[in-house]
Amino acid sequence: MNGFPILSLLTLVPLVGGLILLGLHSRQHQLARRLALAFSGVSLLGVLLLCGWFDTGTESMQFEERYGWIDALAVDYRLGIDGLGLLMVLLTGIVVPMALAAAGPVPDRGPAYFGLVLLLQSGLFGTFTALNFFHWFIFWELSLIPAFFLIKLWGGPQRSAAAIQFFVYTMVGSIGLLLAFLAIYLAVGTFDFMEIAERARQGTLIPALSASVGWYDLTTRQLGFVIFAAAFLGFAVKVPLVPLHTWLPAAYSEAPTATTMLLTGLMSKMGVYGFIRIVLPIFPEALRWVSVPLLWLAVITVVVSAAAALAQRDLKRMLAYSSINHLGYCLLGLFAITSGAAGELVAVEKSAALSGVFLQMFNHGLTAAALFWFVALIEKRSGGLRGLGDFGGLRTRAPVLCGLMGIALFSSLGLPGLNGFVGEFLIFKGVFGLTPWAATLSTLGLLLTAVFILTMIQRVFFGPVNPAWSGFSELTVGERWQVAPVIGLMFLIGIYPQAILGFTNRTVVTMIKAVGY
Amino acid sequence: MSWVVPSLWLIPVLPAVAAGVIALAPRRCRRFASGAAIGSMGVSLVLSLVAFMHTVGLVSRGAESRQVFNFTWFQFGDKVLPLGWVLDPLSAVMLVMVCFVGLLIFIYSLGYMAHDDNFTRFFCFLALFAGAMLGVVIANSLLLLFICWELVGLTSYLLIGFWFHRPTAAAAARKAFITTRVGDMAFLIGMVWLYAGTGTLLFYDAGKGCLETTAIHSLVMRATGVGMAASTGISLLIFLGAVGKSGQLPLHVWLPDAMEGPTPVSALIHAATMVAAGVFLVARVYPLMAVTAPEAAPPAIQAPAVAVAGQTERAGESHGATSQSHEGQHGGAPVSTALKVVTWTGVLTALFAASIAVAQTDIKRILAYSTVSQLGFMMMGLGAGGVAVGMFHLITHAFFKALLFMGAGSVIHGCHEEQDIRRMGGLKAFMPVTYMTYAVGMMALSGVPLLFSGFWSKDEILHAVQAWPVSSLPFVLGLAAALLTAFYMTRQMAYVFFGPCRLKHSASHGTHSKRAESTPHESPRVMTVPLIILAVFAVLLGFFGTPVWPWFQSFLEGRAARIDAGRLFTVGTLGLIGLSTLVVFGGIYAGWRLYGRRPPRKAEAADPLEAIYPEGYAVLRNKYYIDELYDLSVVRVTHWCGRMSDWLDQTLWAGAVRLVSFGFVALSWLSRLFDEYVVNAGFDQGCRKLITGGSGFSRLQTGRVRHYLGMLALGFVVLVLVMLWRWRP
Repeated sequence: MNGFPILSLLTLVPLVGGLILLGLHSRQHQLARRLALAFSGVSLLGVLLLCGWFDTGTESMQFEERYGWIDALAVDYRLGIDGLGLLMVLLTGIVVPMALAAAGPVPDRGPAYFGLVLLLQSGLFGTFTALNFFHWFIFWELSLIPAFFLIKLWGGPQRSAAAIQFFVYTMVGSIGLLLAFLAIYLAVGTFDFMEIAERARQGTLIPALSASVGWYDLTTRQLGFVIFAAAFLGFAVKVPLVPLHTWLPAAYSEAPTATTMLLTGLMSKMGVYGFIRIVLPIFPEALRWVSVPLLWLAVITVVVSAAAALAQRDLKRMLAYSSINHLGYCLLGLFAITSGAAGELVAVEKSAALSGVFLQMFNHGLTAAALFWFVALIEKRSGGLRGLGDFGGLRTRAPVLCGLMGIALFSSLGLPGLNGFVGEFLIFKGVFGLTPWAATLSTLGLLLTAVFILTMIQRVFFGPVNPAWSGFSELTVGERWQVAPVIGLMFLIGIYPQAILGFTNRTVVTMIKAVGY
Repeated sequence: MSWVVPSLWLIPVLPAVAAGVIALAPRRCRRFASGAAIGSMGVSLVLSLVAFMHTVGLVSRGAESRQVFNFTWFQFGDKVLPLGWVLDPLSAVMLVMVCFVGLLIFIYSLGYMAHDDNFTRFFCFLALFAGAMLGVVIANSLLLLFICWELVGLTSYLLIGFWFHRPTAAAAARKAFITTRVGDMAFLIGMVWLYAGTGTLLFYDAGKGCLETTAIHSLVMRATGVGMAASTGISLLIFLGAVGKSGQLPLHVWLPDAMEGPTPVSALIHAATMVAAGVFLVARVYPLMAVTAPEAAPPAIQAPAVAVAGQTERAGESHGATSQSHEGQHGGAPVSTALKVVTWTGVLTALFAASIAVAQTDIKRILAYSTVSQLGFMMMGLGAGGVAVGMFHLITHAFFKALLFMGAGSVIHGCHEEQDIRRMGGLKAFMPVTYMTYAVGMMALSGVPLLFSGFWSKDEILHAVQAWPVSSLPFVLGLAAALLTAFYMTRQMAYVFFGPCRLKHSASHGTHSKRAESTPHESPRVMTVPLIILAVFAVLLGFFGTPVWPWFQSFLEGRAARIDAGRLFTVGTLGLIGLSTLVVFGGIYAGWRLYGRRPPRKAEAADPLEAIYPEGYAVLRNKYYIDELYDLSVVRVTHWCGRMSDWLDQTLWAGAVRLVSFGFVALSWLSRLFDEYVVNAGFDQGCRKLITGGSGFSRLQTGRVRHYLGMLALGFVVLVLVMLWRWRP
């Protein structure tokens, strides 16, 4: 414990970078972009170093740092990562440089823009490494504020409404979370995730809550459920779970592309991460109690969002719904894990589902961010047009652009050989073993995904060249080199998933065992 | 284990790597692209032949003919997921067929695609297809098979949409992918169910595989909620995947549209190999399909006797292929539900598609419906006769159908991209090589007796259905389909190769206005030589599966074959040969009478069949209106669901949110009103009263001493008066 504080440093680098950039004059936007790329590059190097140092054989938290902070409240500054944390940190390290590359030069208040992106990254690193609710919550909120301003100041025509909706929605969720944890703190006197989870495992958490917070004449179980619901809300909004998703299409489509990439690639993962790190170990009882309704919600999320994507006429909105759909599989896997009986017999199914969820989180972050990047590349050439009916025959004009975007689209569709398939297969394998009906119904989502993605390809890439785009330009060499590593990563994970799963296997085993599902 | 099995992976990987390299190469490297694709395919063919001979050697020595190589793909939690490949007679035969036909079609494409701008991309996709297809063939894990299966679907999509600037090609590509994906989703569910049920997806794994006795036995014993064994449910779901890929009813609609792709693609993917993958899949999981629950005897006694289509099999050699040997030994053995479904689907598809083919006028679409129909025959053979029956027809069909498609490609090429058979005619004189080879293919497909492979393989199937214990209807329907096959092929031959040439009458049709260019011409050597080679095989292959010397069938079952002329004279064999000969010649005669004797002079002339029975012809011509039916039902419902979900989003969910936010806004308005009209208004009014009062009083403050003194005096007087009144004695 308390070795070289690499996690703190990792969080600090973009924070410092962001503050420096915010101090630059707005004329220096080129310098700001370069600096931001440099800072995120350093972060990426740090993350890769972390991956190298990570010990895949141990199940405890690694790179732990723990310092007493506010003794009166028993708040420690405690950081650490396991396989899940590492995966999320890695994803953050990868997606932020992608977003910066996709943003291109921002002449309008550039330094502020790039500074906010770096602050957001810092918030994400903090969220994914904190093990104490106190500063975890600070980072959780810290990431929200830059996102709000990024949408509000640089977004599309409806940006104001979208930003406010996004902010208020997530704030409501956060308040539920905060209240829940205050109640828990009153009962057990600690904000430490690990310690609270330990109490939950021993079954003393909810009785303690009931003893200290006794509220009207709720029974112990009901009280536990109320606290659970408050915490649940915060994450369900962030992921999102239908019907709490209505902020998302507007926010994703109005935000500038780099921000959309961060929102879908990383911030949506905060929700799933929260479910796994916090809800799953702390509220096992309540989760099991409502697992069937939750499974229904997950199935609805998967199917309805895919169907809604089919009706969209705007590329970004379509991808936004597709994003909801893909995260729906994560929730499906998680809720299925909580619904099944305990025992060695279903442990393999649960391992499969949880591994699938981890992989799906990483894959979705990568693929969805890449897809929004490609939309940005198209928008750059079309002068901001991105309607499904605005194009036609682009593949004739720009075969490389369409080919590479096609790869990303098929990855999103779950084609074997690319990254999307392995995660979805593991989730379906696990979920089918635990709750066959949910898996069977959810295949409708897979089918509809194919329908809307192929419709999009047909209308945008195929067909005769739309005369309006006869001058549509191909990817430049520079752009090809920027996109190539991401596409390469998709192939790598698709063919050799062990590259990612190797980090998480111990964590999966520990979690399945620890939460006693 | 020799080096052959561990290095079997090279066969699919070589073309796949070639595809990757070609994809990265610049577009102008045409020679490099075709060279890499054909070269890798050639090496794969050599390796396949080595593997094939290896298996033949094992079989003839009577050794265990199935060898597997398994490895771990990845680990999840503390479990591992293994994949593997298998070399057994089934995969060996398929390997050679795919590599051989594939190589010929690659070479043929050199000529056919010579003038295409995207020549490089074409060979990239072809090589990728070959890699994926070979992967399907050697997979020893249902998951690996599924992975390659999906990749095959992808390349099919890419190649159907190869000329993506044509809206019809773009639509056909999408339709193909989505229709097959419907089946694939069922396949996926079947696969995870199988995984959950047996704990493995490896087919063969030293007794622990999911197709081996232990696993299958446990599946048969497990009941599901809907009153069938888990094995039946899984089989049917997997079969749905095969239905999608192999264009069986009701998911056949994509295959005819897939003819939008270049003709070599139609030959390779949509006739010889990919569409047959569904049949291959059924053959691969046959032990699972064929298993029936031992109902009569208690399980304790029957423990190892998992009846597989009438054979109690040895552990480890669970092939399940009943000998379709002409003894008709089905008596009394129970037929599994899954196999009944397979047979009926096959029968109905065979007849249904053959009847549609009768009324089509596009040379490739006729062949496409013919493919659907023949795939139905294969399914029929699998269901009623066993692996060997279906697989034999698969192999012979691959050769003669590839031949027919490539012949059709040659015709289209020679007629300057004309595909309507009504605008052809008389090509016999212009394209002698194409004509001869096409005739061989036609006779093989129709099943002209004795000399042609199609006769022997179709005969096997009819024989198997004849002996099918469940129902005798499939036999009759199968004969009807065979009759129609001979009929529509004769019609096509008559239209294309006989009669007067109607091509020049339609000069306005194409872009070729010059008369010299509108004359048909024979195709170049690079296209005709593959045709000749395939024609030779379309004849020769039949001799490997005759009743006298059923080498193929024995090989698939891992036995050495013996020559036994006596089998000809067992019950039914000769009779059936006679009957099917009669049927074939009946079909050819009818076709010739209608189309050959008085060939149509003009392209616009009505079809003779139409003249006889216009209503029926219209139904067939419009493919029983299945596409229209789907458009009205499935497609419309899907779009409606999409709009509905979107509407839900825009109104219901967002409406709820708006309602909540409206509630809050209303609340704040309310508090504002309260503030203004209650709190503020009360305060203001009090203040105003004070002000009024104050200003009233302020008027008293005149500042004049006289007034003050006067008031003082007045007050004094009042005070005195009051005191006088108060203190009255």
